[in-house]
Amino acid sequence: MSSVTSVVKFPSSSAAPAACPRSPWHDAWLRLRRNRLAVVSGVFVVLLAFACLVIPPFLAHGYADQNLALGAKPPSAAHWLGTDELGRDLLARLLYGGRISLMVGFVASLVALVIGVSYGAIAGYAGGKLDAFLMRVVDILYALPFTIFVILIMVFLKQPMDQLDAWLRQFSLLQDLQGIGKIVGLFAAIGAVEWLTMARIVRGQVLTVKKMEYIEAARTLGYGHARIIFRHIVPNILGPIIVFTTLTIPAVMMLESFLSFLGLGVDAPLSSWGTLIKDGADKMENYPWLLVFPGTVFATTLLALNLLGDGLRDALDVRAAKD
Amino acid sequence: MLRFILRRLLETIPVLLVIATATFFMLRLVPGGPFTAEKAVSPEIMKNLEAHYGLDRPLHRQYLAYLGDIAPKKFAPWRLFADADRDGSADFNLQTAFGIDLGPSFKYPNRTVNEIIAGKLPASLELGLLALGVALALGVTLGVLAAMKKNTVGDYAASTFAMVGICVPTFVMGPLFVLLFALQLRWFNASGWYFPADRVLPAATLGLVYAAYIARLTRGGMLEVLNQDYIRTARAKGASETRVVLRHSLRGGLLPVVTFLGPAIAGIISGSFVIETIFQIPGIGREFVNSAFNRDYTLVSGTVLLYALLIIALNLVVDVVQVWLNPRLKFE
Repeated sequence: MSSVTSVVKFPSSSAAPAACPRSPWHDAWLRLRRNRLAVVSGVFVVLLAFACLVIPPFLAHGYADQNLALGAKPPSAAHWLGTDELGRDLLARLLYGGRISLMVGFVASLVALVIGVSYGAIAGYAGGKLDAFLMRVVDILYALPFTIFVILIMVFLKQPMDQLDAWLRQFSLLQDLQGIGKIVGLFAAIGAVEWLTMARIVRGQVLTVKKMEYIEAARTLGYGHARIIFRHIVPNILGPIIVFTTLTIPAVMMLESFLSFLGLGVDAPLSSWGTLIKDGADKMENYPWLLVFPGTVFATTLLALNLLGDGLRDALDVRAAKD
Repeated sequence: MLRFILRRLLETIPVLLVIATATFFMLRLVPGGPFTAEKAVSPEIMKNLEAHYGLDRPLHRQYLAYLGDIAPKKFAPWRLFADADRDGSADFNLQTAFGIDLGPSFKYPNRTVNEIIAGKLPASLELGLLALGVALALGVTLGVLAAMKKNTVGDYAASTFAMVGICVPTFVMGPLFVLLFALQLRWFNASGWYFPADRVLPAATLGLVYAAYIARLTRGGMLEVLNQDYIRTARAKGASETRVVLRHSLRGGLLPVVTFLGPAIAGIISGSFVIETIFQIPGIGREFVNSAFNRDYTLVSGTVLLYALLIIALNLVVDVVQVWLNPRLKFE
């Protein structure tokens, strides 16, 4: 029943939410701003993403530049975070790795978002037998060992992904991005398994919203089902969707780094935070900074994303996504 | 209740069939086989190898034969350990107990998947159960204490611990534990699975993440229950705070935790892939990842089926416990 209250709070949000100063979105924004932890986290994530995108070209060292004579050295004035045993600058590798990790996190969450919202909205809107069948499928999929399937996909589709890589890099825009095929594979594999919870949440919300008068009004006006679902229902359940997407991003990044740790992530010389942590864990006995810095940055980012998600949840007063 | 359990048991049959089919075709249809790995094998040898393992037959024949092999043909769980330790290689035997034959391994000559699983599963089960124990004991205790001392320093400390535990991945935590407790303090061995003390670091690493989640869920659940009218009644009739918490609130407060146990079990299983690699534990998780890399078809599908069965069975147990804790669910 909790979902009813959360929906009733913004019945008019489909009509230009930002323009009206007293809209529920504005209220939520004010509540979010009062949550200092969430604000700090949000600023941290934005700054980090900005740093990963903008800073690398201006660094003195490239992420793949080797300096075998230098070898692995602890942090110094020339290399702020030290170097690995091939003499590569850890700061440059961390920032480049951040690009990959954040990109996988955001894009795969987007994939999960699109699948989950469509699936859940259709199930909830259709109701009856179709709904029962669709949700039973989700229940059954829930019980499956999904990480295992992601591992199998990443191992067994290596060759197709390499072909995809070669094909994608014909385009001049992508030609420098060695390993892009594998990254696209990661998007698809992770997105394909992370949509289940989203589908459940969206379905629950749709069930309550579709009984409202304005949906009946839309139906009376003769609008098609697709238009009602995506123009009238989905905008009114954006709160839970936003909150849950924010919380999906750290989960996806965790899964990506988990795969990288098993050797199934991006290939060298590209690096994600997961591969950096893996390399660091192998050499921590002699070069602990190779584990400590990537581990800290990764954990802090996940912490910030989780705190931001929690803050959004409180601000938008979403209870459905709490468990 | 019995009907519920029976229905769920019947449902597992098509699910396992789908998993068996999906893994079978996924493995067979992608390019590259188990013998195309390192050194090139001459065509004649390749032909012999494929004939030996039946890979030269048409795909649908292979599939039907495979389904026939893995289908349980008898039910004699009491014979599971009949051959235990006779030759020291297998602890239990799926063949004698259920007539399940998962086939020969492609990468370990002369070993069957049944034997490999029997040899490697015990370590993984032990690790998983210990981790689950750590998670429950630590998580529930912290969560209950945090809920009882709401908005005090202790509560904030417990919540911070939970948040940090969720955000530090096991593959960061594990190596850091090794660095600190094994290499610096020398309390434990850095890796291995020989002595009882060797269990401490892996189980703690794997359990901590879930302890963090469980602490959060317990705190939330307890806070909601402690606000109920019947708790006020219990206090009013003079029950001590300990009694109120343990006798009256815990059962309701643990509901969210029980719901979480399903995902937690699946997570602990996949977490074991990493933990077994970090701590060099001879478990089935490491074997699974290796077999995937080696394209050892039979071993991959055997372990996937095993994991699916484990997860489904444990989920069923979780669901039963849930109904037992919250009888209202029966009517839904």
